[in-house]
Amino acid sequence: MANKISDETIEYVGILAKLELSGEEKENAKADMEKMLDYIDTLNELDTEGIEPMSHVFPVHNVFREDVVVNGDGSKDTLANAPLMKDNSFKVPKTIG
Amino acid sequence: MDITSLTAVELGKKIKAKEISVVDAVKASIVQIEKMEKDVHSFVTIDKEGALKRAEEVQKLIDHGTLTGPLAGVPVAIKDNMCTKDMLTTCSSKILGNFKPTFTAEAVLNLERAGAVIIGKTNMDEFAMGSTTETSYYGETKNPWNLNHVPGGSSGGSCAAVAAEECPYALGSDTGGSIRQPSSFCGVVGIKPTYGTVSRYGLIAYGSSLDQIGPIAKDVADCATILEAIASHDPKDSTSIAREKYDFTSALVEDVEGMKIGIPKDYFGDGLDKEVKEKILEAVKVLEEKGAIVEEFDLSLVQYAIPAYYVIASAEASSNLSRFDGVKYGYRTQEYEGLHNMYKKTRSEGFGAEVKRRIMLGSFVLSSGYYDAYYLKALRTKALIKQAFDNAFAKYDVIIAPASPTTAPELGKSLSDPLKMYLGDIYTISVNLAGLPGISIPVGTDSKGLPVGMQIIGNCFEENKIIRVAYTFEQTRTYERPELVKEGR
Repeated sequence: MANKISDETIEYVGILAKLELSGEEKENAKADMEKMLDYIDTLNELDTEGIEPMSHVFPVHNVFREDVVVNGDGSKDTLANAPLMKDNSFKVPKTIG
Repeated sequence: MDITSLTAVELGKKIKAKEISVVDAVKASIVQIEKMEKDVHSFVTIDKEGALKRAEEVQKLIDHGTLTGPLAGVPVAIKDNMCTKDMLTTCSSKILGNFKPTFTAEAVLNLERAGAVIIGKTNMDEFAMGSTTETSYYGETKNPWNLNHVPGGSSGGSCAAVAAEECPYALGSDTGGSIRQPSSFCGVVGIKPTYGTVSRYGLIAYGSSLDQIGPIAKDVADCATILEAIASHDPKDSTSIAREKYDFTSALVEDVEGMKIGIPKDYFGDGLDKEVKEKILEAVKVLEEKGAIVEEFDLSLVQYAIPAYYVIASAEASSNLSRFDGVKYGYRTQEYEGLHNMYKKTRSEGFGAEVKRRIMLGSFVLSSGYYDAYYLKALRTKALIKQAFDNAFAKYDVIIAPASPTTAPELGKSLSDPLKMYLGDIYTISVNLAGLPGISIPVGTDSKGLPVGMQIIGNCFEENKIIRVAYTFEQTRTYERPELVKEGR
Protein backbone atom coordinates (compact mmCIF):
# COMPACT_ATOMS: atom_id res chain seq x y z
CA MET A 1 0.00 0.00 0.00
CA ALA A 2 1.52 3.29 -1.06
CA ASN A 3 0.88 6.23 1.21
CA LYS A 4 0.02 9.57 -0.33
CA ILE A 5 0.54 12.72 1.69
CA SER A 6 -1.55 15.64 0.44
CA ASP A 7 -0.58 19.32 0.48
CA GLU A 8 -3.20 19.86 3.18
CA THR A 9 -1.72 17.14 5.39
CA ILE A 10 1.82 18.46 5.14
CA GLU A 11 0.49 21.95 5.87
CA TYR A 12 -1.35 20.63 8.93
CA VAL A 13 1.65 18.66 10.19
CA GLY A 14 3.75 21.81 9.76
CA ILE A 15 1.34 23.63 12.06
CA LEU A 16 1.50 20.84 14.67
CA ALA A 17 5.29 20.71 14.42
CA LYS A 18 5.59 24.51 14.48
CA LEU A 19 7.83 24.42 11.44
CA GLU A 20 7.69 26.72 8.45
CA LEU A 21 8.79 24.77 5.39
CA SER A 22 9.73 26.25 2.04
CA GLY A 23 8.07 24.89 -1.10
CA GLU A 24 10.99 22.59 -1.78
CA GLU A 25 11.19 21.44 1.84
CA LYS A 26 7.48 20.60 1.72
CA GLU A 27 7.90 18.45 -1.36
CA ASN A 28 10.86 16.68 0.23
CA ALA A 29 8.95 16.21 3.48
CA LYS A 30 6.05 14.67 1.58
CA ALA A 31 8.33 12.24 -0.25
CA ASP A 32 10.23 11.35 2.95
CA MET A 33 7.06 10.81 4.91
CA GLU A 34 5.42 8.70 2.21
CA LYS A 35 8.48 6.48 2.06
CA MET A 36 8.70 6.13 5.85
CA LEU A 37 4.99 5.41 6.21
CA ASP A 38 5.17 2.73 3.52
CA TYR A 39 7.96 1.17 5.53
CA ILE A 40 6.16 1.60 8.86
CA ASP A 41 3.11 -0.08 7.33
CA THR A 42 5.01 -3.39 7.45
CA LEU A 43 3.91 -3.40 11.10
CA ASN A 44 0.43 -4.23 9.79
CA GLU A 45 1.70 -7.72 8.97
CA LEU A 46 1.82 -8.30 12.72
CA ASP A 47 -1.23 -9.45 14.58
CA THR A 48 -1.31 -7.26 17.68
CA GLU A 49 -4.92 -8.00 18.58
CA GLY A 50 -5.30 -8.06 22.36
CA ILE A 51 -1.71 -6.86 22.99
CA GLU A 52 -1.51 -3.96 25.42
CA PRO A 53 0.49 -0.99 24.09
CA MET A 54 3.75 -0.91 26.08
CA SER A 55 4.82 2.63 26.84
CA HIS A 56 7.33 1.55 29.45
CA VAL A 57 9.30 -1.68 29.69
CA PHE A 58 9.11 -1.88 33.46
CA PRO A 59 5.97 -1.65 35.57
CA VAL A 60 6.73 1.84 36.83
CA HIS A 61 4.07 4.15 38.16
CA ASN A 62 3.73 7.81 38.77
CA VAL A 63 6.24 8.98 41.34
CA PHE A 64 4.73 11.30 43.93
CA ARG A 65 6.58 13.42 46.44
CA GLU A 66 5.96 16.36 48.71
CA ASP A 67 6.43 19.66 46.92
CA VAL A 68 9.47 20.79 48.86
CA VAL A 69 11.75 23.48 47.45
CA VAL A 70 15.30 22.19 47.28
CA ASN A 71 16.90 24.75 45.00
CA GLY A 72 17.37 28.46 45.49
CA ASP A 73 16.21 31.31 43.29
CA GLY A 74 17.84 30.60 39.96
CA SER A 75 15.90 33.17 37.97
CA LYS A 76 18.88 35.40 37.24
CA ASP A 77 20.97 32.52 35.87
CA THR A 78 18.02 31.13 33.95
CA LEU A 79 17.21 34.47 32.37
CA ALA A 80 20.83 34.86 31.31
CA ASN A 81 20.09 32.28 28.60
CA ALA A 82 17.03 34.12 27.28
CA PRO A 83 17.31 35.54 23.77
CA LEU A 84 15.50 38.63 25.04
CA MET A 85 14.51 39.66 28.56
CA LYS A 86 12.86 42.59 30.27
CA ASP A 87 12.10 43.36 33.92
CA ASN A 88 13.31 39.99 35.17
CA SER A 89 11.09 38.17 32.65
CA PHE A 90 11.34 36.51 29.26
CA LYS A 91 10.46 38.98 26.55
CA VAL A 92 8.16 37.63 23.84
CA PRO A 93 6.17 39.22 21.02
CA LYS A 94 2.70 40.50 21.89
CA THR A 95 0.47 37.47 22.46
CA ILE A 96 -3.00 38.98 22.94
CA GLY A 97 -4.42 41.50 20.50
CA MET B 1 55.66 7.84 29.70
CA ASP B 2 52.83 7.73 27.24
CA ILE B 3 49.97 9.02 29.40
CA THR B 4 47.26 9.13 26.74
CA SER B 5 47.63 5.48 25.80
CA LEU B 6 46.66 4.41 29.33
CA THR B 7 43.16 3.26 30.16
CA ALA B 8 41.17 5.37 32.62
CA VAL B 9 41.69 2.88 35.43
CA GLU B 10 45.45 2.62 34.75
CA LEU B 11 45.74 6.40 34.74
CA GLY B 12 43.68 6.65 37.93
CA LYS B 13 46.07 4.21 39.64
CA LYS B 14 49.13 6.19 38.61
CA ILE B 15 47.53 9.41 39.83
CA LYS B 16 46.74 7.75 43.14
CA ALA B 17 50.33 6.48 43.41
CA LYS B 18 51.57 10.03 42.69
CA GLU B 19 53.41 8.85 39.58
CA ILE B 20 51.38 11.27 37.47
CA SER B 21 49.79 14.50 38.66
CA VAL B 22 46.25 15.40 37.69
CA VAL B 23 47.53 18.51 35.93
CA ASP B 24 49.94 16.40 33.88
CA ALA B 25 47.13 13.99 32.98
CA VAL B 26 44.97 16.88 31.80
CA LYS B 27 47.88 18.50 29.95
CA ALA B 28 48.60 15.23 28.15
CA SER B 29 44.99 15.12 26.94
CA ILE B 30 45.16 18.74 25.81
CA VAL B 31 48.36 18.11 23.83
CA GLN B 32 46.77 15.09 22.17
CA ILE B 33 43.59 17.08 21.40
CA GLU B 34 45.72 19.78 19.77
CA LYS B 35 47.41 17.12 17.68
CA MET B 36 44.25 15.26 16.64
CA GLU B 37 41.45 17.80 16.36
CA LYS B 38 42.38 19.21 12.97
CA ASP B 39 41.92 15.71 11.52
CA VAL B 40 39.32 14.09 13.71
CA HIS B 41 37.18 16.93 15.13
CA SER B 42 35.70 15.04 18.06
CA PHE B 43 34.86 18.12 20.10
CA VAL B 44 32.36 20.95 19.92
CA THR B 45 33.82 22.64 22.99
CA ILE B 46 37.25 22.23 24.58
CA ASP B 47 37.67 23.74 28.04
CA LYS B 48 41.43 23.85 28.60
CA GLU B 49 41.41 26.56 31.27
CA GLY B 50 38.50 25.09 33.20
CA ALA B 51 40.04 21.62 33.08
CA LEU B 52 43.44 22.82 34.32
CA LYS B 53 41.84 24.78 37.15
CA ARG B 54 39.70 21.81 38.13
CA ALA B 55 42.78 19.54 37.91
CA GLU B 56 44.47 21.52 40.66
CA GLU B 57 41.38 21.34 42.86
CA VAL B 58 41.04 17.58 42.32
CA GLN B 59 44.74 17.07 43.05
CA LYS B 60 44.25 18.76 46.44
CA LEU B 61 41.27 16.55 47.22
CA ILE B 62 43.29 13.46 46.32
CA ASP B 63 46.23 14.67 48.42
CA HIS B 64 43.89 15.27 51.36
CA GLY B 65 42.49 11.77 51.01
CA THR B 66 39.01 13.09 50.21
CA LEU B 67 38.97 11.54 46.75
CA THR B 68 40.08 7.93 46.69
CA GLY B 69 38.10 6.35 43.85
CA PRO B 70 39.51 4.78 40.67
CA LEU B 71 38.55 7.71 38.42
CA ALA B 72 39.82 10.53 40.62
CA GLY B 73 41.79 12.98 38.51
CA VAL B 74 41.12 11.23 35.21
CA PRO B 75 40.02 13.53 32.35
CA VAL B 76 36.71 12.81 30.61
CA ALA B 77 34.82 14.10 27.59
CA ILE B 78 31.05 14.46 27.72
CA LYS B 79 28.65 14.14 24.80
CA ASP B 80 27.21 17.54 24.07
CA ASN B 81 23.63 16.57 24.95
CA MET B 82 24.38 16.39 28.67
CA CYS B 83 23.99 19.63 30.58
CA THR B 84 27.15 20.98 32.15
CA LYS B 85 26.76 24.05 34.36
CA ASP B 86 28.13 27.21 32.75
CA MET B 87 29.66 25.19 29.91
CA LEU B 88 28.25 25.36 26.39
CA THR B 89 25.80 22.49 25.71
CA THR B 90 24.71 22.60 22.08
CA CYS B 91 23.37 19.13 21.16
CA SER B 92 25.37 19.92 18.00
CA SER B 93 22.47 22.14 16.95
CA LYS B 94 22.31 25.75 15.84
CA ILE B 95 19.26 26.22 18.04
CA LEU B 96 21.34 25.67 21.22
CA GLY B 97 24.45 27.36 19.86
CA ASN B 98 24.81 29.69 22.85
CA PHE B 99 23.17 27.62 25.60
CA LYS B 100 24.97 27.46 28.93
CA PRO B 101 22.98 25.31 31.37
CA THR B 102 22.39 26.45 34.93
CA PHE B 103 22.88 22.94 36.26
CA THR B 104 24.80 19.73 35.55
CA ALA B 105 23.31 16.41 34.48
CA GLU B 106 23.13 13.88 37.32
CA ALA B 107 25.36 11.33 35.57
CA VAL B 108 28.01 13.99 35.04
CA LEU B 109 27.65 15.18 38.64
CA ASN B 110 28.22 11.60 39.76
CA LEU B 111 31.46 11.59 37.78
CA GLU B 112 32.50 14.90 39.28
CA ARG B 113 31.86 13.49 42.73
CA ALA B 114 34.23 10.68 41.75
CA GLY B 115 36.88 13.26 40.86
CA ALA B 116 36.54 13.43 37.08
CA VAL B 117 37.94 16.42 35.19
CA ILE B 118 35.77 17.46 32.23
CA ILE B 119 37.97 18.36 29.31
CA GLY B 120 35.25 19.21 26.81
CA LYS B 121 32.01 18.38 25.07
CA THR B 122 31.93 16.00 22.15
CA ASN B 123 30.34 16.26 18.75
CA MET B 124 27.24 14.26 17.88
CA ASP B 125 24.44 14.00 15.38
CA GLU B 126 22.13 16.95 15.96
CA PHE B 127 19.95 16.08 18.98
CA ALA B 128 21.34 12.51 18.69
CA MET B 129 19.37 11.94 15.49
CA GLY B 130 21.62 10.13 13.08
CA SER B 131 24.08 7.28 12.74
CA THR B 132 27.16 9.06 11.39
CA THR B 133 27.74 12.34 13.32
CA GLU B 134 27.31 14.05 9.95
CA THR B 135 24.10 15.85 10.97
CA SER B 136 26.03 18.02 13.45
CA TYR B 137 25.65 21.74 12.78
CA TYR B 138 29.31 22.11 13.75
CA GLY B 139 30.75 19.85 11.08
CA GLU B 140 31.36 16.14 10.85
CA THR B 141 33.66 14.06 13.04
CA LYS B 142 36.02 11.72 11.23
CA ASN B 143 36.93 8.17 12.09
CA PRO B 144 40.46 8.02 13.56
CA TRP B 145 40.94 4.65 11.83
CA ASN B 146 40.38 6.19 8.42
CA LEU B 147 39.67 9.89 8.03
CA ASN B 148 37.55 9.27 4.92
CA HIS B 149 35.06 7.30 6.98
CA VAL B 150 32.43 8.28 9.54
CA PRO B 151 32.92 7.51 13.25
CA GLY B 152 29.31 6.35 13.49
CA GLY B 153 26.72 8.06 15.60
CA SER B 154 25.17 9.62 17.28
CA SER B 155 27.93 9.50 19.97
CA GLY B 156 30.56 9.70 17.20
CA GLY B 157 32.52 12.49 18.87
CA SER B 158 32.81 10.59 22.16
CA CYS B 159 33.95 7.36 20.45
CA ALA B 160 36.38 9.12 18.11
CA ALA B 161 37.86 11.07 21.05
CA VAL B 162 38.55 7.83 22.93
CA ALA B 163 39.96 6.08 19.83
CA ALA B 164 42.16 9.11 19.07
CA GLU B 165 43.29 9.05 22.72
CA GLU B 166 42.18 12.65 23.23
CA CYS B 167 40.69 11.51 26.53
CA PRO B 168 40.85 8.18 28.39
CA TYR B 169 37.08 7.84 28.44
CA ALA B 170 33.86 9.60 27.53
CA LEU B 171 30.14 9.53 28.16
CA GLY B 172 27.69 8.88 25.35
CA SER B 173 23.97 8.33 25.10
CA ASP B 174 22.15 5.53 23.31
CA THR B 175 18.58 5.78 22.00
CA GLY B 176 18.77 3.27 19.15
CA GLY B 177 22.42 2.22 19.16
CA SER B 178 24.17 5.57 19.54
CA ILE B 179 26.82 4.23 21.94
CA ARG B 180 27.24 0.70 20.58
CA GLN B 181 27.41 1.46 16.86
CA PRO B 182 30.04 4.24 16.99
CA SER B 183 32.01 2.21 19.56
CA SER B 184 32.04 -0.58 17.01
CA PHE B 185 33.10 1.75 14.17
CA CYS B 186 35.89 3.31 16.25
CA GLY B 187 37.23 0.11 17.82
CA VAL B 188 36.40 1.04 21.41
CA VAL B 189 34.16 -0.42 24.12
CA GLY B 190 30.76 1.10 24.92
CA ILE B 191 27.91 0.05 27.20
CA LYS B 192 24.24 0.93 26.94
CA PRO B 193 22.91 0.08 30.41
CA THR B 194 19.46 -1.24 31.32
CA TYR B 195 16.91 1.55 30.95
CA GLY B 196 16.61 3.43 34.22
CA THR B 197 20.09 2.57 35.50
CA VAL B 198 21.69 5.95 34.82
CA SER B 199 19.70 9.10 35.56
CA ARG B 200 18.50 11.02 32.52
CA TYR B 201 18.22 14.23 34.56
CA GLY B 202 20.05 16.85 32.53
CA LEU B 203 20.28 14.69 29.41
CA ILE B 204 18.56 16.72 26.70
CA ALA B 205 15.82 14.32 25.70
CA TYR B 206 15.37 12.78 22.26
CA GLY B 207 13.25 9.65 22.83
CA SER B 208 12.72 9.64 26.59
CA SER B 209 11.51 6.04 26.85
CA LEU B 210 14.63 4.81 25.03
CA ASP B 211 17.48 7.20 25.99
CA GLN B 212 20.22 5.92 28.30
CA ILE B 213 23.61 7.39 29.16
CA GLY B 214 26.58 5.02 29.17
CA PRO B 215 30.38 4.78 29.23
CA ILE B 216 32.80 4.64 26.28
CA ALA B 217 36.42 3.60 26.90
CA LYS B 218 39.32 1.48 25.69
CA ASP B 219 38.42 -1.63 27.63
CA VAL B 220 35.74 -3.48 29.56
CA ALA B 221 37.28 -2.81 32.97
CA ASP B 222 37.07 0.93 32.35
CA CYS B 223 33.46 0.70 31.22
CA ALA B 224 32.43 -1.33 34.29
CA THR B 225 34.23 1.15 36.57
CA ILE B 226 32.65 4.18 34.89
CA LEU B 227 29.19 2.61 34.93
CA GLU B 228 29.61 2.00 38.65
CA ALA B 229 30.34 5.71 39.07
CA ILE B 230 27.50 7.11 36.96
CA ALA B 231 24.67 4.73 37.86
CA SER B 232 22.38 5.87 40.65
CA HIS B 233 18.76 6.05 41.68
CA ASP B 234 17.77 9.64 41.11
CA PRO B 235 14.41 10.95 42.34
CA LYS B 236 14.74 13.78 39.80
CA ASP B 237 14.26 11.25 36.99
CA SER B 238 10.92 9.49 37.49
CA THR B 239 12.05 6.60 35.26
CA SER B 240 15.20 6.05 37.32
CA ILE B 241 15.16 2.64 38.98
CA ALA B 242 16.43 1.77 42.44
CA ARG B 243 18.55 -1.27 41.62
CA GLU B 244 19.49 -3.84 44.20
CA LYS B 245 23.14 -3.67 43.20
CA TYR B 246 25.37 -1.07 41.62
CA ASP B 247 28.46 -3.24 41.64
CA PHE B 248 29.64 -3.86 38.09
CA THR B 249 33.39 -4.31 38.57
CA SER B 250 32.93 -7.59 40.43
CA ALA B 251 31.88 -9.02 37.04
CA LEU B 252 35.38 -8.51 35.64
CA VAL B 253 36.04 -12.21 35.80
CA GLU B 254 37.67 -14.33 33.11
CA ASP B 255 35.24 -17.22 33.13
CA VAL B 256 32.41 -18.17 30.81
CA GLU B 257 32.39 -21.87 31.71
CA GLY B 258 28.85 -23.14 31.33
CA MET B 259 27.37 -19.79 30.29
CA LYS B 260 24.71 -20.11 27.64
CA ILE B 261 25.14 -17.87 24.62
CA GLY B 262 22.30 -17.49 22.11
CA ILE B 263 23.08 -16.60 18.50
CA PRO B 264 19.96 -15.19 16.80
CA LYS B 265 19.96 -16.66 13.29
CA ASP B 266 17.89 -13.72 12.08
CA TYR B 267 20.80 -11.37 13.00
CA PHE B 268 23.28 -13.23 10.82
CA GLY B 269 21.35 -13.47 7.54
CA ASP B 270 20.94 -11.19 4.53
CA GLY B 271 22.35 -7.71 4.79
CA LEU B 272 25.20 -8.61 7.12
CA ASP B 273 28.64 -7.96 5.68
CA LYS B 274 30.56 -11.20 5.19
CA GLU B 275 33.72 -10.04 6.94
CA VAL B 276 31.78 -8.66 9.91
CA LYS B 277 29.98 -11.98 10.20
CA GLU B 278 33.23 -13.95 10.09
CA LYS B 279 34.92 -11.81 12.73
CA ILE B 280 32.00 -12.14 15.12
CA LEU B 281 31.61 -15.87 14.65
CA GLU B 282 35.38 -16.26 15.25
CA ALA B 283 34.97 -14.39 18.53
CA VAL B 284 32.03 -16.58 19.48
CA LYS B 285 34.23 -19.60 18.77
CA VAL B 286 36.80 -18.24 21.21
CA LEU B 287 34.14 -18.01 23.90
CA GLU B 288 33.01 -21.54 23.08
CA GLU B 289 36.57 -22.78 23.50
CA LYS B 290 36.57 -21.11 26.90
CA GLY B 291 33.63 -23.21 27.97
CA ALA B 292 30.55 -21.28 26.92
CA ILE B 293 27.64 -23.20 25.46
CA VAL B 294 26.70 -21.66 22.13
CA GLU B 295 23.39 -22.28 20.41
CA GLU B 296 21.61 -20.75 17.43
CA PHE B 297 17.96 -19.74 17.76
CA ASP B 298 15.22 -17.71 16.10
CA LEU B 299 14.64 -14.41 17.89
CA SER B 300 11.84 -13.40 15.48
CA LEU B 301 10.27 -9.98 14.81
CA VAL B 302 13.65 -8.51 13.89
CA GLN B 303 12.31 -6.68 10.82
CA TYR B 304 9.68 -4.87 12.89
CA ALA B 305 12.05 -3.20 15.33
CA ILE B 306 13.12 -0.35 13.05
CA PRO B 307 9.63 0.77 11.95
CA ALA B 308 8.38 0.56 15.55
CA TYR B 309 11.40 2.52 16.75
CA TYR B 310 10.99 5.35 14.24
CA VAL B 311 7.35 5.80 15.20
CA ILE B 312 8.07 5.84 18.94
CA ALA B 313 11.32 7.83 18.87
CA SER B 314 9.95 10.42 16.41
CA ALA B 315 6.73 10.78 18.41
CA GLU B 316 8.68 11.40 21.60
CA ALA B 317 11.10 13.72 19.79
CA SER B 318 8.29 15.85 18.39
CA SER B 319 7.05 16.38 21.93
CA ASN B 320 10.47 16.75 23.59
CA LEU B 321 11.76 19.25 21.05
CA SER B 322 8.73 21.51 21.34
CA ARG B 323 10.59 23.27 24.16
CA PHE B 324 12.95 24.88 21.66
CA ASP B 325 10.91 27.90 20.72
CA GLY B 326 13.21 30.90 20.94
CA VAL B 327 11.85 32.08 24.30
CA LYS B 328 13.84 30.59 27.17
CA TYR B 329 17.22 29.74 25.70
CA GLY B 330 19.16 29.33 22.51
CA TYR B 331 18.58 30.83 19.11
CA ARG B 332 15.79 33.23 18.18
CA THR B 333 15.12 34.35 14.62
CA GLN B 334 15.95 37.98 13.87
CA GLU B 335 12.75 39.15 12.21
CA TYR B 336 9.24 38.01 12.98
CA GLU B 337 5.64 39.08 13.15
CA GLY B 338 3.93 37.96 16.33
CA LEU B 339 4.50 35.01 18.61
CA HIS B 340 3.62 32.06 16.36
CA ASN B 341 5.62 33.38 13.47
CA MET B 342 8.57 33.78 15.86
CA TYR B 343 8.23 30.15 17.02
CA LYS B 344 8.02 28.82 13.48
CA LYS B 345 10.85 30.87 12.03
CA THR B 346 13.11 30.18 15.03
CA ARG B 347 12.59 26.42 14.79
CA SER B 348 12.82 26.30 11.00
CA GLU B 349 16.11 28.19 11.02
CA GLY B 350 17.46 26.49 14.17
CA PHE B 351 16.89 22.81 13.37
CA GLY B 352 18.66 20.81 10.66
CA ALA B 353 17.01 18.61 8.03
CA GLU B 354 17.11 15.29 9.92
CA VAL B 355 15.66 16.84 13.09
CA LYS B 356 12.86 18.46 11.11
CA ARG B 357 12.17 15.16 9.34
CA ARG B 358 11.70 13.35 12.64
CA ILE B 359 9.64 16.12 14.23
CA MET B 360 7.33 16.07 11.20
CA LEU B 361 6.98 12.28 11.28
CA GLY B 362 6.43 12.34 15.03
CA SER B 363 3.79 15.06 14.81
CA PHE B 364 2.03 13.07 12.09
CA VAL B 365 1.90 9.74 13.92
CA LEU B 366 0.57 11.44 17.05
CA SER B 367 -2.05 13.45 15.20
CA SER B 368 -5.72 12.75 15.54
CA GLY B 369 -6.81 9.97 13.21
CA TYR B 370 -3.35 8.38 13.00
CA TYR B 371 -2.49 7.89 16.68
CA ASP B 372 -4.01 4.41 16.96
CA ALA B 373 -2.84 3.17 13.58
CA TYR B 374 0.77 4.25 14.05
CA TYR B 375 1.69 5.16 17.60
CA LEU B 376 -0.31 2.54 19.49
CA LYS B 377 0.54 -0.07 16.86
CA ALA B 378 4.24 0.63 17.46
CA LEU B 379 3.78 0.34 21.24
CA ARG B 380 2.04 -3.02 20.75
CA THR B 381 4.92 -4.15 18.54
CA LYS B 382 7.31 -3.08 21.26
CA ALA B 383 5.45 -5.35 23.71
CA LEU B 384 5.89 -8.28 21.32
CA ILE B 385 9.59 -7.55 20.85
CA LYS B 386 10.07 -7.44 24.61
CA GLN B 387 8.27 -10.80 24.82
CA ALA B 388 10.61 -12.28 22.19
CA PHE B 389 13.62 -11.24 24.27
CA ASP B 390 12.00 -12.58 27.46
CA ASN B 391 11.62 -15.94 25.73
CA ALA B 392 15.26 -15.86 24.61
CA PHE B 393 16.59 -14.98 28.06
CA ALA B 394 14.62 -17.84 29.56
CA LYS B 395 17.11 -20.03 27.68
CA TYR B 396 20.29 -17.96 27.37
CA ASP B 397 22.49 -15.88 29.65
CA VAL B 398 23.47 -13.52 26.87
CA ILE B 399 22.76 -12.98 23.18
CA ILE B 400 25.60 -12.21 20.78
CA ALA B 401 25.07 -10.17 17.61
CA PRO B 402 26.88 -7.72 15.39
CA ALA B 403 26.72 -4.08 16.52
CA SER B 404 26.22 -2.99 12.91
CA PRO B 405 25.77 -4.80 9.57
CA THR B 406 28.92 -3.17 8.14
CA THR B 407 32.05 -1.40 9.28
CA ALA B 408 32.11 2.41 9.12
CA PRO B 409 30.81 3.79 5.81
CA GLU B 410 32.61 6.53 3.91
CA LEU B 411 31.80 10.14 4.73
CA GLY B 412 29.01 11.64 2.65
CA LYS B 413 27.43 8.34 1.64
CA SER B 414 24.66 7.98 4.23
CA LEU B 415 22.49 11.08 4.53
CA SER B 416 21.03 11.07 1.01
CA ASP B 417 18.91 8.01 1.76
CA PRO B 418 17.61 8.26 5.35
CA LEU B 419 15.72 4.97 5.24
CA LYS B 420 18.86 3.11 4.21
CA MET B 421 20.75 4.78 7.04
CA TYR B 422 18.03 3.77 9.51
CA LEU B 423 18.37 0.13 8.41
CA GLY B 424 21.96 0.18 9.69
CA ASP B 425 20.55 0.24 13.23
CA ILE B 426 18.86 -3.14 12.84
CA TYR B 427 20.91 -4.99 15.48
CA THR B 428 20.90 -2.27 18.12
CA ILE B 429 17.43 -0.75 18.05
CA SER B 430 15.41 -3.63 19.52
CA VAL B 431 17.66 -3.56 22.60
CA ASN B 432 16.44 -0.02 23.34
CA LEU B 433 12.82 -0.96 22.71
CA ALA B 434 13.13 -3.78 25.24
CA GLY B 435 15.14 -1.67 27.73
CA LEU B 436 18.02 -4.20 27.77
CA PRO B 437 21.72 -3.66 28.45
CA GLY B 438 24.18 -4.12 25.59
CA ILE B 439 27.92 -3.75 25.12
CA SER B 440 29.99 -3.43 21.96
CA ILE B 441 33.59 -4.65 22.03
CA PRO B 442 36.18 -4.69 19.24
CA VAL B 443 36.87 -8.12 17.73
CA GLY B 444 39.34 -7.15 15.00
CA THR B 445 39.38 -5.29 11.71
CA ASP B 446 38.11 -5.97 8.21
CA SER B 447 40.23 -6.01 5.02
CA LYS B 448 39.89 -2.20 4.80
CA GLY B 449 41.46 -1.94 8.24
CA LEU B 450 38.24 -0.75 9.88
CA PRO B 451 37.18 -2.11 13.30
CA VAL B 452 34.41 -4.66 13.74
CA GLY B 453 32.34 -4.57 16.92
CA MET B 454 30.60 -7.48 18.60
CA GLN B 455 27.46 -6.74 20.57
CA ILE B 456 26.65 -8.73 23.68
CA ILE B 457 23.09 -8.26 24.89
CA GLY B 458 21.86 -9.17 28.36
CA ASN B 459 18.54 -9.42 30.12
CA CYS B 460 17.35 -6.39 32.09
CA PHE B 461 19.59 -5.70 35.11
CA GLU B 462 22.09 -8.34 33.99
CA GLU B 463 24.93 -6.03 32.99
CA ASN B 464 27.24 -8.25 34.98
CA LYS B 465 26.74 -11.14 32.59
CA ILE B 466 27.59 -9.11 29.49
CA ILE B 467 30.55 -7.55 31.27
CA ARG B 468 31.84 -10.99 32.24
CA VAL B 469 31.52 -12.37 28.70
CA ALA B 470 33.08 -9.23 27.18
CA TYR B 471 35.93 -9.24 29.70
CA THR B 472 36.64 -12.91 29.09
CA PHE B 473 36.87 -12.39 25.35
CA GLU B 474 38.98 -9.26 25.78
CA GLN B 475 41.65 -11.22 27.66
CA THR B 476 42.38 -13.12 24.44
CA ARG B 477 43.45 -10.08 22.44
CA THR B 478 45.36 -6.84 22.78
CA TYR B 479 43.85 -3.40 22.30
CA GLU B 480 44.40 -2.13 18.75
CA ARG B 481 45.19 1.53 18.15
CA PRO B 482 44.51 3.44 14.92
CA GLU B 483 47.59 4.17 12.75
CA LEU B 484 46.88 7.87 13.07
CA VAL B 485 47.38 7.63 16.82
CA LYS B 486 50.47 5.43 16.57
CA GLU B 487 52.04 7.78 14.01
CA GLY B 488 51.14 10.83 16.05
CA ARG B 489 53.99 10.33 18.47
